[in-house]
Amino acid sequence: MTRLVVVGHGPTAYRLIETLVDRGFDGRITVLGEEPRPAYDRVALTSYLTGKTAEDLTYPVPDGITLSLNARVTGIDREAGVVTTADGHAEPYDVLVLATGSSPFVPPVPGKDLDGCFVYRTIDDLDAIREASRGATAGIVIGGGLLGLEAADALRGLGLETHVVEMGGWLMPRQVDEGGGAVLRGHIEALGLGVHTGAGVKEIVAGPEGRVSGLVKPDGETIEAQVVVFSAGVRPRDELARSSGLAVGERGGIVVDDGMRTSDPAIYAIGECVLHDGMVYGLVGPCFTMAEVAADRILGGEGAFARADMSTKLKLLGVEVAQFGAMDGALDVTFMDPVTGVYQKLFVSDDARTLLGGICVGDATPYNSLKPFVGRELPGSPSELLFTGGPANMDLPDDAQVCSCNNVTKGQICSAIADKGLTDVAEIKSCTRAGTACGSCVPMLKQLLIKSGVEVSKALCEHFAYSRAELFDIVRVRGITTFSQLISEHGAGRGCDVCKPTVASILASLGNGHILDGEQAALQDTNDHFLANIQRNGTYSVVPRIPGGEITPDKLIVIGEVARDFGLYTKITGGQRIDLFGARVEQLPLIWKRLVDAGFESGHAYGKALRTVKSCVGSTWCRYGVQDSVGLAVALELRYRGLRSPHKLKSAVSGCARECAEARGKDFGIIATEQGWNLYVGGNGGFTPRHADLFASDLSTDELIRIIDRFLMFYIRTADRLQRTSVWLENQGLDYVKEVILEDSLGICAELEAQMERHVAGYADEWRAVLDDPDRLRRFVSFVNAPGTPDPSIAFEPEREQVKPVLIPLEPVRA
Amino acid sequence: MTVLSENLSAGLEETGWTRVCAYADLMPERGACALVDGHQVALFRTFDGGLYAIGNRDPFSGAYVLSRGIVGTRGNEPTVASPMHKEVFSLVTGVCLDDPAVSVPTYRIRVAAGTVEVSLA
Ligand SMILES: Cc1cc2nc3c(=O)[nH]c(=O)nc-3n(C[C@H](O)[C@H](O)[C@H](O)COP(=O)(O)OP(=O)(O)OC[C@H]3O[C@@H](n4cnc5c(N)ncnc54)[C@H](O)[C@@H]3O)c2cc1C
Ligand code: HEM
Ligand code: SF4
Ligand code: FES
Repeated sequence: MTRLVVVGHGPTAYRLIETLVDRGFDGRITVLGEEPRPAYDRVALTSYLTGKTAEDLTYPVPDGITLSLNARVTGIDREAGVVTTADGHAEPYDVLVLATGSSPFVPPVPGKDLDGCFVYRTIDDLDAIREASRGATAGIVIGGGLLGLEAADALRGLGLETHVVEMGGWLMPRQVDEGGGAVLRGHIEALGLGVHTGAGVKEIVAGPEGRVSGLVKPDGETIEAQVVVFSAGVRPRDELARSSGLAVGERGGIVVDDGMRTSDPAIYAIGECVLHDGMVYGLVGPCFTMAEVAADRILGGEGAFARADMSTKLKLLGVEVAQFGAMDGALDVTFMDPVTGVYQKLFVSDDARTLLGGICVGDATPYNSLKPFVGRELPGSPSELLFTGGPANMDLPDDAQVCSCNNVTKGQICSAIADKGLTDVAEIKSCTRAGTACGSCVPMLKQLLIKSGVEVSKALCEHFAYSRAELFDIVRVRGITTFSQLISEHGAGRGCDVCKPTVASILASLGNGHILDGEQAALQDTNDHFLANIQRNGTYSVVPRIPGGEITPDKLIVIGEVARDFGLYTKITGGQRIDLFGARVEQLPLIWKRLVDAGFESGHAYGKALRTVKSCVGSTWCRYGVQDSVGLAVALELRYRGLRSPHKLKSAVSGCARECAEARGKDFGIIATEQGWNLYVGGNGGFTPRHADLFASDLSTDELIRIIDRFLMFYIRTADRLQRTSVWLENQGLDYVKEVILEDSLGICAELEAQMERHVAGYADEWRAVLDDPDRLRRFVSFVNAPGTPDPSIAFEPEREQVKPVLIPLEPVRA
Repeated sequence: MTVLSENLSAGLEETGWTRVCAYADLMPERGACALVDGHQVALFRTFDGGLYAIGNRDPFSGAYVLSRGIVGTRGNEPTVASPMHKEVFSLVTGVCLDDPAVSVPTYRIRVAAGTVEVSLA
């Protein structure tokens, strides 16, 4: 039986072993790893400081292999075929694989070994950095590359004032050019980090206790800090190969051929420790490919490694940065928007037709859409492609690489979709591995699914074979008023957390009384059920409506008094109102009684419904204003309050073109003009922000309201579950929606308006209705058998003169 | 596990059962929580009148909230979805159907003379 010994247990070794086991390798696998834990996802290392545990990051260890931890290999006896470890253990091998990775390079500056100096490579390093940051106020990262900025983000997350010192002229010199570096610097400085480029390190100095107290630059300037992290590049760990006489590169790296074989045919080397064709790879994608090639060779195959793509796309400190292909070319085209901090550059051949590479800072859309065209003819002129964010209907060649982490091509993905009948991204991931590492290719995977004609099933869930829009029509046309009737006549089973709230929302949009009446109560999410938003410790928030953000001093005082009396945490939200947090279920009616008595009503923060209509100060007070933005915002908020919809709805009104209310970030936003109002629709913030599109101009207030009535009702009728207006509008097409709403091309506008009139007429405050009804009130208890008892698992601790939840320790119950 | 029996003689002394509420207090397809010997027990009454009792603690978030989730079915299995992040648990076995390595405890529950009783044994 072949005895295979692997030295090092990092991501590359993990991938090798997994591939061998998957492919039925029948030898004995022994792994000797120096770290005190099995291989973990180093790419995700930083998440260890933001909540992930070591266990979360650890890769599974396949059954049947022998894994020794804390086992550093110190010698290879190639004649005898034995490796020895630091503690004297000898392990014989037939085939040896070196997967020793790399170690951080620490430049030889005075003071580099002081207490308080760290590198950023292992979980142990992060533990040490976290510990040292406890008493510290400031930190410095030496090195402004990809890993340096990631480390800087981590220090910032640990609460340190953070500086980045980069020798080169700009940040991330390996990924972006000088122009991109300048834009990146703007982003990073805006986050409050100190950036020092073109700056070396003279020395690191110690304080009286011998610990790091700061860094002195060659110009004599001192930056104070108690934590210093070196991130000045990595060096292949080739010491073992060197001492046993294997060929290594002049500047480091174990020399291998295309089959990952070293100069000794019994020894392979893979991963970051390797020098292949003059290149050392510092990204996990090529390392994984090497692992697969070596596995194939060990199994007798002919796999070969070819020069790998070093494209990178990442989000650092919230800024997208990407680089693909070459970083120069005969011609280049640059798009730059200094206001939003976007910098995009394409390198093309001298006839401007072949794409050679590109750089993006601030917005990496071109990376996804254009990277597959590297080395090919572009589908349009470079400037046009940059301005429009890529070809609209992209037809990639089959051999174009879609997932660079796992080297999966479009052809492989499409044939997997076709041959194995894949229907969603999760299946593509498990079948082809595309999308499983950094995740940046997932949007492409979705597109390929749709292009492959996969009928992305419109069924809401296992209980209904209809889309939300279809269910809406069924309910509307057939006049159905209960979930039971709908599911027994048009569905199967008894529903779930997907279809029940959806149907509840449809019934509510069509005006079917109080949402907690009769059977409807059982359909509601916990938020709708308790008319409040659930928070992480099981308490709820209370959000009274403050239309247009306008509030009287007396009402402000009531909010303050209620918060004080119930010990609630208060926060002014981005929606121009005040949230009160930390209410237990049984306190909700007591709190709301006080609020309703003072003239407040539900703010529907809990529902998929209208949230707020923000406003700027407007013409009443503002010297620039041309219309009364506050007055309109109040009127709109009162008109559409309580309107249940496929997703939340937000709105804003600005009193002039300066747009202080940020109305174009809303589902429907209104901006005053000299002549009246401009209406914008389909905006949103959130994960994928979108500016609203101009829908109609210079409207009178009556015209405006009529158009919004129609627009909202048409959206409510036809959108999918949890589809914001932005996505809905893009699917329907702005022109089509304009035809339906402004020209009544479907002849339904009268009906839409009538439906909205019914909503407006039927509105009643949900909270007042609950307070008036003892039956509904009885549900607001923590325990049915002990109505007065508060939930003992809920506790608070002080923070900044208010309360915050004491979090409940987590240990999943394993079956 | 469910024991549904309306005609258990009320006088019968049986250890371990705690009365928690009237059957009519439980809304169909909605949960409620009972505090039994310091344990938080989530009670559910399904559409067909069945009763189920599981631990109230959502193992994914650590919060005691499962009784406030949406009750439904997956296949023929009655379920509740955690109101925190929507993981679905079987009301019969307590096993999380989205991640079978995770489960919550189940408890015995029955109706005696119109009163719901729970046993931690
Ligand atoms: C913070 C951070 C973020 C990163 N982000 C990205 C990213 O976004 N995208 C990307 O593509 N890449 C990223 N990388 C790089 C990626 O992590 C590496 O490419 C990958 O870890 C290489 O895997 P490896 O197994 O070859 O080497 P390593 O991960 O270094 O593993 C080698 C292992 O071998 C052990 N070892 C070494 N010598 C011996 C010996 N003599 N005896 C026994 N054991 C030994 C080491 O202790 C180590 O555990 C990141 C790296 C870091 C540190
Ligand atoms: C074009 C230049 C701009 C000018 C001249 C301008 C002017 C003003 C003025 C005069 C006020 C009223 C202040 C007061 O008297 O209370 C105001 C308020 C405000 N502006 Fe601007 N503004 C401009 C751009 C912006 C932009 C771009 C934003 C945000 C994106 C913004 C956000 C705000 C906010 C949030 C308020 C407070 C409104 C309120 O109190 O509700 N402004 N602005
Ligand atoms: S949008 Fe115009 S009217 Fe409103 S606050 Fe800004 S400047 Fe004034
Ligand atoms: S490109 Fe990173 S997972 Fe696909």
